[in-house]
Amino acid sequence: MTLLVAQVEQTPRAPVTRMETAPTVPLPRWDPRIYQIATLGSLLVYGIAWLGFDVEPRTAVIILGTVLVTQAAAAHASRTRFDPRSALISGLSLCLLLRTGSPTLAAAAAALAIASKFLLRVGSKHVFNPTNGALVALLLLTDHVWVSPGQWGSTAVFAFLLASAGGLVVNRAARADVTWAFLAAHAALLVGRSLWLGDPVVIPLHRLANGALVLFAFFMISDPRTTPDSRAGRILFAILVALGGYLIQFRLLQTNPLLWSLAVCSLAVPLIDRLLPSRRYEWAEPGTGRRRERSPS
Amino acid sequence: MKSLTALAVTLLTVVLATPSAFAFCGFYVAKADTKLFNQASQVVLARDDGKTVITMANDFRGDPKEFAIVVPVPTVLEKGQIRVADRAVIEHLDAYTAPRLVEYFDPDPCAPPRPMAAPSSGVRLLYRSDAAQEKAAKSLGVTIEARYTVGEYDILILSARESAGLETWLRDSGYRLPAGASSVLGSYLKQGMKFFVARVNLGEQAKLGFTYLRPLQMAFESPKFMLPIRLGTLNADGPQELFVFALTRRGRVETTNYRTVRLPTGLDLPPYVKEEFPNFYRAMFAEQVRREDMRAVFLEYAWDMSWCDPCAADPLSAEELRRLGVFWQPETAGERPRRPGALDTFVTRLHVRYDARHFPDDLVFQETADRANFQGRYVLRNVFTGDASCEAGRRYRETLRARAEQEATTLASLTGWSMEEIRRRIGPVGGEAARPDGRKWWQRLFGD
Repeated sequence: MTLLVAQVEQTPRAPVTRMETAPTVPLPRWDPRIYQIATLGSLLVYGIAWLGFDVEPRTAVIILGTVLVTQAAAAHASRTRFDPRSALISGLSLCLLLRTGSPTLAAAAAALAIASKFLLRVGSKHVFNPTNGALVALLLLTDHVWVSPGQWGSTAVFAFLLASAGGLVVNRAARADVTWAFLAAHAALLVGRSLWLGDPVVIPLHRLANGALVLFAFFMISDPRTTPDSRAGRILFAILVALGGYLIQFRLLQTNPLLWSLAVCSLAVPLIDRLLPSRRYEWAEPGTGRRRERSPS
Repeated sequence: MKSLTALAVTLLTVVLATPSAFAFCGFYVAKADTKLFNQASQVVLARDDGKTVITMANDFRGDPKEFAIVVPVPTVLEKGQIRVADRAVIEHLDAYTAPRLVEYFDPDPCAPPRPMAAPSSGVRLLYRSDAAQEKAAKSLGVTIEARYTVGEYDILILSARESAGLETWLRDSGYRLPAGASSVLGSYLKQGMKFFVARVNLGEQAKLGFTYLRPLQMAFESPKFMLPIRLGTLNADGPQELFVFALTRRGRVETTNYRTVRLPTGLDLPPYVKEEFPNFYRAMFAEQVRREDMRAVFLEYAWDMSWCDPCAADPLSAEELRRLGVFWQPETAGERPRRPGALDTFVTRLHVRYDARHFPDDLVFQETADRANFQGRYVLRNVFTGDASCEAGRRYRETLRARAEQEATTLASLTGWSMEEIRRRIGPVGGEAARPDGRKWWQRLFGD
């Protein structure tokens, strides 16, 4: 994993909001995606080596290989520049969440995740977060994949939470609002439910201390290419996802409520963007304010 | 970038070509039996497509008139949805899935290799149960949804408007409720759960002639795939032991709100462990619980019900599976399957030691698509004790000491037992003292 990260890091880049004039906001020093890749990669190694995740190293390699190959092929076909960073984030997230005994399905999920970015688009945005879309599609279409939300020890969760939150602070990522809004709404719903039921507060705290939740909040729902453009829209979106997850978990009594909720709510993003319009997000060159060429990644 | 893509493709090819075959060959030894764990209960969950059959076994040893259980259930159950099950079938399932000890005998190093014999025989583990205890008298806002006598049990299905009324009613009816029960009952009521309350009907029990309490079994439809453990932790005197046997079609079952951890398996242990396998298993389990800070559920067995290797007991027959609630199993002649795939059932055995502090929430499960086989299996390798005076024999004896030391280290790491005690129990190895007399290495080199 380290090798891949080292190779993809060519010149430091950072996200800025695309603007018609040179940006006036302070720019982060380097692309948060590099930090995300390092965090996810370390967590994957830790998960496999110490937490006993049901991820064979070979499956991880298949997923990472497939996302890169698919990204390269799609970039070639769409005549855009090949940028492996977003693909690696999708791939690493898939490695952490997707469980299957079938290497073919693992590769299919990886290919689907990347292909969906190029194929399922509204305007210049993709509809689904690649990892989320691939997971939900495979959960719907086959009986041979699953997600194991309970496999994170509390030590790992807190370390991961700190690393993820630290990443947001260090990089001042433009889309931290959706993460915090979602976490606040989700926690409020869980704690509120426990208060209503008369349960001790350790029960919602236990549910919140979940690595899959951290992964979801910091790496999936926060995807700048699929969230609404305006801050108000993003906060609305975050609250909708939390509410949907609550209904799926406690009314429909299904597993992986947040994954389903995000997929459904993603369909509403074009509508939210229409109601609450704002400037679109682009990954761009740091420091210069220069817009980079458009790529769907 | 090209080189990166090329690297990824190369890695892909290498890992796809890696074989992952494993074959078992060895003797199976039966040593552990009877009550290994106190305060334990066994639950069998047969589940498919939102339909659940739950069988609850307990080893209640007290006066039957003291026995009562209160179980939250997701729906009102009709009489036909409740029956009394056969304890022997659960014991069979328990034996079939129990952690096992296998034994190998080193071949004569001077002789050519020979084929190994097939495994045989069985281990049995029995557990004692501890259920929520309560008693009887008047009502307030409590609805008796149904009242049945099933076998030796009098059963009530209760719903209530609020927990205080339910608590009062249960207390007045003679059920001893633990402190803090009210808030837990209230939580379940608000979640729409009903309460299944069972007591022993002494008259029926005398008529039926059973000297022990048979397991209760109920069938219902609900998307909820969980076990309510919170009531049971309220009055518990220390941690409790729970074994969950999940029978499913698709694959292994795991908890979604706690870590499910595989028990260490396939490790070589000193041969003396054969004499005290139950002690070993208890100590090993306690040590693993300690390492996970008592916050994990342990996977002890996951296997296609059609076969086993080595078998701690024969696989269950189609008839036995139906008696455990496997409703999708067609009724057949009841013969044991002769070939793999003959039974469409996957069994998962989970073992959890829990208390309210470490397991604040109920156990929530999910069925995964994982059909990989897993078993708790521990290996003894007996030293060849024959003459073996050839060169290969000499080299073989030279390896024994390191091997014994390795086995001792493994055992100490698994159980937390002291190395000195383990070395003492192992005794001399390969004709020498297994372990030095406590002298430092330089004392042995330079002399005292």
